[in-house]
Amino acid sequence: MPQKTMVEALNLALDEAMSADESVLIMGQDVGVNGGVFRVTKGLHEQYGRDRVMDTPLAECGIIGTAVGMAVYGLKPVVEIQFSGFTMQAFDQIEQNMARLHNRTMGRFPMRMVLRTPYGGGIRAVEHHSESRETYWAHTPGLKVVIPSGPRNARALLAAAIDDPDPVIFYEPKAVYRAFREDVPEERETLPIGTSQVVREGKDLTLISYGAMMRPAREAMEDLIDEHGIDIELIDLLTISPMDGETLCKSVAKTGRCVIVHEGHRTCGIASEIIARINEGAFEYLEAPIKRLTGYDIPFPYFQTEQYFLPDADDIIESVRETMAWE
Amino acid sequence: MTIITRPRDEAADSEVPTGQAAHHMDMNPIDLGRIEALQVLDEHGNINQARDPGLNDSELLAVHRAMVLTRAFDSRMLTMQRQGEMGTFAPNLGQEACMIGQVWELTKQDWFSPSYRSFGAQIQRGWPMERLFLLWSGYHQGFPPPEGVNDMPFSIVIGSHVLPAVGIAMGMRRRDDNDCVVVNFGDGAMSQGAVSEAFNFAMVDRAPVIFVCENNGWAISTPTKLQYATDHLAGRGVAFGLSSIRVDGNDILGMIAAMREATRRARDGEGPTFVEAVTYRMSLHTTADDPTVYRDSAESEPWESRCPIIRFQRYLEGRGLLSKDGAEKVRSEADAEVLEARERFRKIAKARPREVFDHLYKVTPSELEDQRNEYLSRLDRKGVD
Repeated sequence: MPQKTMVEALNLALDEAMSADESVLIMGQDVGVNGGVFRVTKGLHEQYGRDRVMDTPLAECGIIGTAVGMAVYGLKPVVEIQFSGFTMQAFDQIEQNMARLHNRTMGRFPMRMVLRTPYGGGIRAVEHHSESRETYWAHTPGLKVVIPSGPRNARALLAAAIDDPDPVIFYEPKAVYRAFREDVPEERETLPIGTSQVVREGKDLTLISYGAMMRPAREAMEDLIDEHGIDIELIDLLTISPMDGETLCKSVAKTGRCVIVHEGHRTCGIASEIIARINEGAFEYLEAPIKRLTGYDIPFPYFQTEQYFLPDADDIIESVRETMAWE
Repeated sequence: MTIITRPRDEAADSEVPTGQAAHHMDMNPIDLGRIEALQVLDEHGNINQARDPGLNDSELLAVHRAMVLTRAFDSRMLTMQRQGEMGTFAPNLGQEACMIGQVWELTKQDWFSPSYRSFGAQIQRGWPMERLFLLWSGYHQGFPPPEGVNDMPFSIVIGSHVLPAVGIAMGMRRRDDNDCVVVNFGDGAMSQGAVSEAFNFAMVDRAPVIFVCENNGWAISTPTKLQYATDHLAGRGVAFGLSSIRVDGNDILGMIAAMREATRRARDGEGPTFVEAVTYRMSLHTTADDPTVYRDSAESEPWESRCPIIRFQRYLEGRGLLSKDGAEKVRSEADAEVLEARERFRKIAKARPREVFDHLYKVTPSELEDQRNEYLSRLDRKGVD
């Protein structure tokens, strides 16, 4: 199996989708000749031409708004917004049209489109380049929200998102883009949207995370098993919305303890929703309060201090040990 | 045709788009104040032969009927709203020529994206009136465009429908379809950044879209002098490179002449056009509005003599196509048609509370199914069908 970075794996998924279906097209700033600022669309412009890999004017609202119209017309736009912090410019079109047109027209018009955008911190970027605001979209009825954690699931989930008949917000952990390589099968592969993955089975504590935070979570898990003898069950959420509450509750019913890790702000963050689900579905099995290790409710710090804001493996180990010690 | 246009830079049409060369810059300011409005029929029903779009007799009478029907529907909606049978809606009294003129040249394959004050145009496009009654009285089933009618639903958030309309036109250009899109909005929408973005995206992509701004003088209580600081809006189209025209929006033949040229340009691959239709909101912003709070009746009175229907009737009378009695007959037939639609509406108006989850997704996620089941059991408990 060829080894690929997440950037290369995403590029492969886009290439496969465009070659299989003429109605798939890519839109965004600098996605054409330049191949995108992170090179996810590299080479596609040469292969498919400027009408299918379209360099747009610099207006996020305009990109999403016109993509909505193309979807109504039966095309399948895969839009790149350069950084997720810039999706705020397009909030109106995502909320008014992308998320609602199918409902407004009682399904008369298709709304097959994917909004891809890099999210999260850890790359020493300027302000507005490090946000994790997936909560906004999970809170918006009509959307699906997907966040892969590695090259292989990124490729499989993007393929599934482009196949999906409903609009998908696809957050790409940019800290993972080139962080490591992974075996990615040559044959096309998809993963179901709406299903979380139990990465490792364990009996002592359920550790839940997604996206870029899966790396420190794995690192912490190994240390916790080897050094502390704590048998961790690790879950990669993969889809934020619709949330796979069943898998989460089933795990916590088994372990009785749970720690949730994400970069996004705490209040009304994804962990809040996970805790509510567990409260509804596995309350009687809990042996300790559920711990959430998240970004704080402050704007993402300027990059000289970002490493203290982002949870790392040490913080996760600390949270897990604290939860294990609770009686 | 007085379409105001800026000659295209040939280099911009080459395979690789280039920016405007510096030597095209002209330091002399362009005097946009001199843009004049296209008018074919004046207030007295006199025609400017040179600009007459040349409709035949039956077409002229059909245009007249459509405008009269628009007014009859508007009037009936107002009565029904005052009697509690209709929700809040935005009357379009006085804007009938804009309504009918902007869609008159469209085919079934073309698309129309209305604003919420566009029901005359929607009726003309093939929306059954009972469906519009459903829509404005709060039934979801009134919202989707009927099968076979290539229209978008209107948007409530001002200007948010304009970019998707451009996207449809961008799709048409990619599929080499010889069709076009008309998108309608008001003078207030011109202040939305998304509308400026739409102008720019359309022009950069040479999308076959026609922007129709019904400049009716008011955005609720905000007059145009507080909405923009120029004498008119057409110049803004010019600034984006769009062929732009200002039309007397109370002149149905002027509207049709402008739309004929704009749709021809779109179909011939000449790109988008901006039409500023100058009209006047004779009635309320919506039925929840009271213009006497902010508007002097001395301002609206002169517009009564500019009524698009009276003007056109004078013309038709002059041509011997319509008598006073004939006009009255058209009016009473339109009223009867609206009342028949109201009867059909009353028969089909039924809320469907059990279906509110059904259309959000093409495939409803299982977690939403759980919420639906919870909601349905709530309805069961309340005994709701």
